[in-house]
Amino acid sequence: MTFAAVLETLIKIGVVFFVALTAVAYLTLAERKISGWIQDRIGPNRVGPWGLLQPLADGIKFMMKEEVVPSYAHRPIYMAAPALLLISALSALAIIPFGDRLSLGGYEVRLAIADVNIGILFFLAMSSVGVYGIVLAGWSSNNKYAMLGGLRASAQMISYELGLGLSLIGVLMVSGSLRLSQIVEQQGSFSSWNVWSQPLGFLIFMVSAFAETNRLPFDLAEAETELVAGYHTEYSAIKFSMFYMAEYVNMITASALMATLFFGGWQLPFPAEAAGVEGNHLALLQILCFLIKTGFFLFVFIWVRWTLPRFRYDQLMHLGWKVLLPLALLNLIWVGIGVAWGWF
Amino acid sequence: METLVGIVAAATALIGAIAAVTHRNAVVGVLFLVLNLVSLAVFYVLLSAPFIAALQVILYAGAIMVLFLFIIMLLDLRREEERESGLLQKVLSVIGGGVFFLLLWGAATGGAAPAAAELPEHFGSVESIAVALFTTYLIPFETISVLLLVAMVGAVLLTRKGGR
Repeated sequence: MTFAAVLETLIKIGVVFFVALTAVAYLTLAERKISGWIQDRIGPNRVGPWGLLQPLADGIKFMMKEEVVPSYAHRPIYMAAPALLLISALSALAIIPFGDRLSLGGYEVRLAIADVNIGILFFLAMSSVGVYGIVLAGWSSNNKYAMLGGLRASAQMISYELGLGLSLIGVLMVSGSLRLSQIVEQQGSFSSWNVWSQPLGFLIFMVSAFAETNRLPFDLAEAETELVAGYHTEYSAIKFSMFYMAEYVNMITASALMATLFFGGWQLPFPAEAAGVEGNHLALLQILCFLIKTGFFLFVFIWVRWTLPRFRYDQLMHLGWKVLLPLALLNLIWVGIGVAWGWF
Repeated sequence: METLVGIVAAATALIGAIAAVTHRNAVVGVLFLVLNLVSLAVFYVLLSAPFIAALQVILYAGAIMVLFLFIIMLLDLRREEERESGLLQKVLSVIGGGVFFLLLWGAATGGAAPAAAELPEHFGSVESIAVALFTTYLIPFETISVLLLVAMVGAVLLTRKGGR
């Protein structure tokens, strides 16, 4: 690796982390604003115009609050669990291509931190490491609600990883590569977006992604009416906010993956020539396009949370194993036929 | 750069392995084993086998060890910590460990290390592994799949309530 390549990667990591963490801060505001709108309320409007400074106030509050550690907690693991969860969530962002390439004074920059050969497997690996953060948070708190929440979360994540993985295979069969940039390139025109050829696969991926991120209607792990706050019951101050941040980063990753795998990633919905721009302007337009698609799915995440009630635990397991899994296999057969006959 | 990464990974793998065996708390032991498995995945990346590395993390560090952790957490093995092992057990474990160490020693010192060969193109990539699995090793691959399926059906049958 040359010095320039290392520097380029470091800068990209910095930019992506900055954008992602800022987005996390404003997603919390968006969540409250949209929930207010859905429930015919106003939402936060005291701190700054339209409550725009609310995330800043929340951040300061999280840092200044007293941190309480339960006296019978397993201290080292209790400290490490939120960090493990947040690190794995942020790492998964590394594989997402957010644009094609930008040329800066003759130097070509590929717009993805790591466009690796194993692409999508890296995401699966990171999400399976993230399970540890939740289980350990639940166990080390030495609290029955936290323990139950941790167990529920991990059982749920392991179950829905199957549906998630199988729905991904359909995409891989069409593109013939695990590399995300190649998956995006293969969806060059509007009609070749994967969502048209495998809508069922997209639906399974979306439902599984909701379950993987522990969002309503699958937030069994922190179901406040049953478990106080689930696995993060005993956490306070900045550690609590780390769980929160990890949840939102996971939402961003899941939304970006939905856009990338099924909706053409950074590809424009019309031929690039029709945009009337080229070079760096086109690249910026493509980044904007990617952000809009990702933003839309983030909105769907929030929309669903404030619209649907929570599943019961047995319904959740039933849906995962007896509905999504067979449907995912059906989708695979469909894609297999389509590929064999050369339809897509 | 690669040497440095390799040394760090080797150190964490060793620390993980030793602590996994010696730590009194079973949950912490499992976590050190996970650390060991993840460090091994780094070695696979250095050996130009990123696909195997990803599978190592997803399957071993992810799926299998989480189940281990589940069992240990649910059994609450605190009483196990104080249990003393018998003399016979100690003697046998020393003999077993010694034999294994000698075997490793023989493997490490016997025979010269093969010269570093030029890697074929696409070595270790998903595509080359897929091609090998579905052409050269098709029959062993399918046989193992059937074997795993049988084991899985058997496990499900055994856990059923009221089963024979």
